[in-house]
Amino acid sequence: MKSLLTGNEALAQGIMDAGASYASAYPGTPSTEILENLALCKQRIYAEWAPNEKVALEGAIGASYAGARSAALMKQVGLNVAADAFFTSASTGVNAGLIVVSADEPGIHSSQNEQDNRWYALHANIPMLEPSDSQECYSMAFEAFDLSEKYSTPVLIRMTTRVCHSKSLVELREPLEKRILPVVNDPKKFVPVPANARLHKSNVLKRAKLLYEESEESNLNYDEYISDDTGIIASGICYQYAKEVFGDNASYFKIGFSHPLPYKKIAEFASKVKKLYIIEEDDPYMETLIAAHGIKALGKEVFPSEGEITPDVIRKCVFGKTLETIDYDKSQTPLRAPALCAGCPHRGIFYMLGKQKNVYLSGDIGCYTLGFAPPYNAIHSVTCMGASISAAHGAQKIFTSTDSKMRAIAIIGDSTFFHTGVNSLMNVAYNNSNTITVILDNRITGMTGHQENPGSGKTAQMEDANIIDIPALCRALGVKNVRTFNPNDLVQTEKTLEWALSLDEASVIISRYPCVLKKMSAKDTEEFKGAFKSKCGLDKDKCIGCKMCLKAGCPSVSYDAENKKVKIDANTCVGCGVCMQICPKGAIYTVSEEKHK
Amino acid sequence: MNVKCIMMAGVGGQGTILASKLMTIGLTQAGYDVKMSEIHGMSQRGGSVTSQIRYADKVYSPFIELGSADVICAFERLEALRCLEYLKPGGTVIVNDYRIDPMSVITGAAQYPENVIQTLKQKANTIVIEATKLAESINAYRSTNIVLLGAVVSALGLDDINWEKIIENNVKQQFVEINKKAFCLGVESFRVKTA
Repeated sequence: MKSLLTGNEALAQGIMDAGASYASAYPGTPSTEILENLALCKQRIYAEWAPNEKVALEGAIGASYAGARSAALMKQVGLNVAADAFFTSASTGVNAGLIVVSADEPGIHSSQNEQDNRWYALHANIPMLEPSDSQECYSMAFEAFDLSEKYSTPVLIRMTTRVCHSKSLVELREPLEKRILPVVNDPKKFVPVPANARLHKSNVLKRAKLLYEESEESNLNYDEYISDDTGIIASGICYQYAKEVFGDNASYFKIGFSHPLPYKKIAEFASKVKKLYIIEEDDPYMETLIAAHGIKALGKEVFPSEGEITPDVIRKCVFGKTLETIDYDKSQTPLRAPALCAGCPHRGIFYMLGKQKNVYLSGDIGCYTLGFAPPYNAIHSVTCMGASISAAHGAQKIFTSTDSKMRAIAIIGDSTFFHTGVNSLMNVAYNNSNTITVILDNRITGMTGHQENPGSGKTAQMEDANIIDIPALCRALGVKNVRTFNPNDLVQTEKTLEWALSLDEASVIISRYPCVLKKMSAKDTEEFKGAFKSKCGLDKDKCIGCKMCLKAGCPSVSYDAENKKVKIDANTCVGCGVCMQICPKGAIYTVSEEKHK
Repeated sequence: MNVKCIMMAGVGGQGTILASKLMTIGLTQAGYDVKMSEIHGMSQRGGSVTSQIRYADKVYSPFIELGSADVICAFERLEALRCLEYLKPGGTVIVNDYRIDPMSVITGAAQYPENVIQTLKQKANTIVIEATKLAESINAYRSTNIVLLGAVVSALGLDDINWEKIIENNVKQQFVEINKKAFCLGVESFRVKTA
């Protein structure tokens, strides 16, 4: 019986069935569910959330050295964080099989860039596999571990959003037995001092030749010869899209083993067709390498280098038009961008930050990045995880040295603070700047769908865990001024912010309130009594329709133009009371959920 | 058979993902090759979301291309309009007569279009289901998605699949009965609207 699985579910199953013992990840769309699925199978595999991708990969390297098949899983920008460990492990090699998964995001659904991580395989000179559906996600886990052990190299599995998050049928195999290889005591191989590292470089070059031969022989690279008119070279989801559009009117060269590429086989295929296309999302990775081997094909002069190359894009690029569509006025449909949820604990602080003058707001990666948008307009810039604090530090040094009145405020979430914010705060304290760091501690990793973290009290496999005491950590780093506040209490929020702004030295203010979507633990329920258990109501006689409450930016509060008053959607409101505290006429009240019924 | 395409469109948090999941389980049990694509991540934050389902004897792409959806099931009016370019000419729109203002409308930067339902009716075979009202009538606002699932099942003539059993096996125990009721309301409403 086949199972209908997402690419992420299938890869997780493959990693387990191929006998892996260790998996580590930091959550990041679209890769998150790979580790989530592994974590469910406590009896079969150890799976953990690491504070960041570098730590995740280093843990997996250690597990491989200790003799166990292991995997580190991340989104595309996560591999930048892990790159240091990635490159060195690529030259030292492995003991037991090591897989690194990069989930890339053509179309940028939930990321800060559209980087194409296939170049990482070329750059580090390691093998790369690219699945095109869930069946391949499953079986390539086996292939990757075998390759890793055969050639003593980490293997990159490159996924994309559509492969990760689409479902298709998978035939499962008999799982392999888990085995632990003996630990190898070989400093020449595993200690990259310069003398050894030079040997490693030679080994990598020798290995690359062997891997090329492997790719030429691999049944992951194959042709489907149907017609001599049009040939298509494609990997990943683009292969499926091409089959959809061209059907039996083209021949295909399917690439599954995409570094090194099988140039001989590709040349042979190219010689059999009159017109050759290379269809690939993101960069002209295959096109560049194939062209360097003297094979002519149509690639990015036909297909875009940005966004997804969906079947309609292929159709338009090749045939000049999409399928017939219904004609209507699309300008009528306003965009529906993501917004902070009703009851989001970030609302109060963003409402207050948006009102500040002479501040530079340095943002970070999480739901709270949305603080840049109206109605708050409360973030000037965002770079990458952890950068809010370090960039604020740099900005503040310039403001201070130029006698500017501006103050730099960094805004970062709890999980992101643990990820890479801690080092940045160390720099603030060590190099003596007077930035304000706002840590939005919503007791969970929010945006990726509620993963446990070093502050939440549970591990990925739901064991009890030590909880980082954020105020104590900040003090230990050297920040003297640390306060915690309730972001749903606007007076307290404003006072805390005023206090921080009045200081001439660095401060950290911590907004502590759980994510509205978090499954509350007994501890949470005790600490945050009555959270999300009420509703806001409107006294229509008092509402003057001034729209002040709309500045809360709450999806439950909208303006009813007909009655010239606001309205509150009782289905979605959870009674956080931020709009109530903004209302100048006392027209909004809260009642308990029970009473509301 | 030609590939059939269903697009479920809504606002993050409305339950499009669960409805699509149940649909794909049913189609798999019926023996089809099934592919489904959805985007999640930021989508919990009230943005536009779609889940796309394709089924036939053999399916390649999990992604529905422009002009090829047999059924668009919109959980919110504006989202029906947004997805209309994906409808195959002659296809069916099932739309929940329900409005959720995007933040751009709340802040006054944009207007919620008037007469969405009328526009839809002019352009396509449109069946209006009061899914949220029906769900609220059984005190189950959150089962709006299952009411709509019932309507889609009827629109595609997939009544032979054992949907009750699928709901039993895939919904939390305490919500099974209410969701079975919601499903029947969707089936019934579709029948009345198309009679």
